[in-house]
Amino acid sequence: MSELAVTVLQFGLLLLLWILILSIIGAQGRDMTISKRSRARAAAPHAAPAPRSGPPAPAGSNHSGPTPRPRPRRLLVSEGPLAGTELPLGSASIMMGRAQECTLVLDDDYASGKHARLFPQGSRWFLEDLGSTNGTWLGEEQLTRASTVEPGDRIRIGKTVLELRT
Amino acid sequence: MNAASQQVYKPRRNLELVLLLMALTVAIGAQMLVALALDEPITADYYVEGAVFAGLVLAFHVVLRLRAKYADPFILPIVVTLNGLGLAMIHRLDFTPAYSGVADRQLMWTGVSIVAAVALLWLLKDHRRLRQLTYISLAASVVLLFLPIVPGVGQELHGARIWVNLGPLSFQPSEIAKITLAVFFAGFLANNRDLILLAGRKFGPVTFPRLRDLAPMFIAWIIAIGVLVVQNDLGNALMFFGLFVAVIYVATSRFSWIAIGSVFMLIGAALAYRFVSHFRDRVEIWLNAFDQDIYERAFGGSHQVVQGLFGMAHGGLAGTGLGSGNPNMVSLANSDMIIAAFGEELGFIGLSAMLLLYLLLFSRYMRAGLGTRDTFGKLLAVGLAVVLVLQVFVVVGGITRVIPLTGLATPFLAAGGSALLANWLIVALVLLISHSARQPVIVGPMVNATGESSSGIESRLHSDGPGARESAVHRHGAHRQPDHHDRHDDDHTGIDHVPAEQGGTTR
Repeated sequence: MSELAVTVLQFGLLLLLWILILSIIGAQGRDMTISKRSRARAAAPHAAPAPRSGPPAPAGSNHSGPTPRPRPRRLLVSEGPLAGTELPLGSASIMMGRAQECTLVLDDDYASGKHARLFPQGSRWFLEDLGSTNGTWLGEEQLTRASTVEPGDRIRIGKTVLELRT
Repeated sequence: MNAASQQVYKPRRNLELVLLLMALTVAIGAQMLVALALDEPITADYYVEGAVFAGLVLAFHVVLRLRAKYADPFILPIVVTLNGLGLAMIHRLDFTPAYSGVADRQLMWTGVSIVAAVALLWLLKDHRRLRQLTYISLAASVVLLFLPIVPGVGQELHGARIWVNLGPLSFQPSEIAKITLAVFFAGFLANNRDLILLAGRKFGPVTFPRLRDLAPMFIAWIIAIGVLVVQNDLGNALMFFGLFVAVIYVATSRFSWIAIGSVFMLIGAALAYRFVSHFRDRVEIWLNAFDQDIYERAFGGSHQVVQGLFGMAHGGLAGTGLGSGNPNMVSLANSDMIIAAFGEELGFIGLSAMLLLYLLLFSRYMRAGLGTRDTFGKLLAVGLAVVLVLQVFVVVGGITRVIPLTGLATPFLAAGGSALLANWLIVALVLLISHSARQPVIVGPMVNATGESSSGIESRLHSDGPGARESAVHRHGAHRQPDHHDRHDDDHTGIDHVPAEQGGTTR
């Protein structure tokens, strides 16, 4: 093979290597810019006054009408050590606490190991306390039994405040 | 330790496939190019070897589709590119008399490593299971590290006693010890992080941990120094200690650990300089590489480093082209000094591309650690990332005379089966961690999403399909919390609660 062709191929290898690198970087997109946006959102004052917060009526008694609504899909930590963290919600329950087995591991000294559980029923999420030391608060009230959580309600566990978002 | 997942991630396996095909083109194309540039005939072996390599890599891709659908899509293509370039360079050096016969062995080890990584991925399923092996892996690390000094088993080569003889094969157990030590550090710190964080005394701006919390740090230091003194292996000592300092810094986010670690490292270096002649030689070579006496010294001279530097200078910006340089003039050109060979033949453009690939790989490892939700996984991913980056730093820094040259294998490039195997196993572990980081919290079917009835919670609880319960149990199955699952049914009534482990005490 002629020397020129070999040289062209040798340069082609370098070119291909760089094309590979650039396509990796291009495909990554904004994957590396983690949590900048959500941190900014967490830092913003809570404009949403949570109109339906009311008394956290237990056992789903404030369910009005049979119209199915989309269930909230995200859990946002708005205050506390993990502020800015967002968790996508699926269709099974979420355990919160300091234990490593929890779905959301709270880095909060005032949280118990297995502190509270958030579980879906129909189009709603229900919150229940798992016998925590310092209690779980929904809005202004301490949780005594499983209660519905609406988007915008403030769930407080120790120093951590969580909210559901649609 | 702030993990933020913005959205539900897509698996992106198709993207991985496209990138993999590009990576395989680079890898196999480089092999062919070597033959063309050296005027060697392209025999059927090239096609067979290329097909085997591509087949194994694509099999790995298929296993990822089946077992870890949400794993990071960039790690595998980067690793395949690096490994393929390493194979091509070793193959190229095979045509020079001093290095012949290595390429086939390296290709075999690549195959073994890929199969081992696939097996680990398939069998382990969840990286959190490794947490149970925290102390077992400490014991395994100590055994692996001290195996080479056992008489009869250990073997000394090039002034370092780091090999173990297993019949026809020689093995470097310290490479596997990197993984077991990373598992130990991650598990230990995931368990004891709070203790180390909360206790301490404040001196000015930095909080110093208590002496008894320093004990494991001290043990790690002793191990590192022991490895250095007994095995004459400076690179691994630096790496193990750097691994521990980095992981403990990430676990506690206290700068004081870095300060203490640096002090310990300086003390260690001073002691080594005083008592280990091997290390003193290396420092001398590093400082006065171009000194005529040191250059011409028969053993332990600077010939290797200087030839590597001359080779890279010969390569210049665009390199001599793969197959057209003289990288065989450097001793150990296909293992310790392979970076110099790449610098000569691919030039600054090619070498910087490869360093960029390492940087991208490191950032993907770190991303997996940031994304995952459990402390153990975070620390393990960070530890493995640090292992990678320290190896690259020690090797490239040594060859470019930033730090004293030590013999460490360049990840995925250098000839050497144990290092290749260890690095591929690390890839499998990080892919598992990234899978758990990127997968949605629940993969079970949507249950009752339309809300068929709207009476009280009790009645709806009974309509809670078995699917939901099952998927929840399945997800937590790996964590073995049977008591918690038994409790579910009681809790649904909403009447009584079993107290958590802290009981009724108030703080």
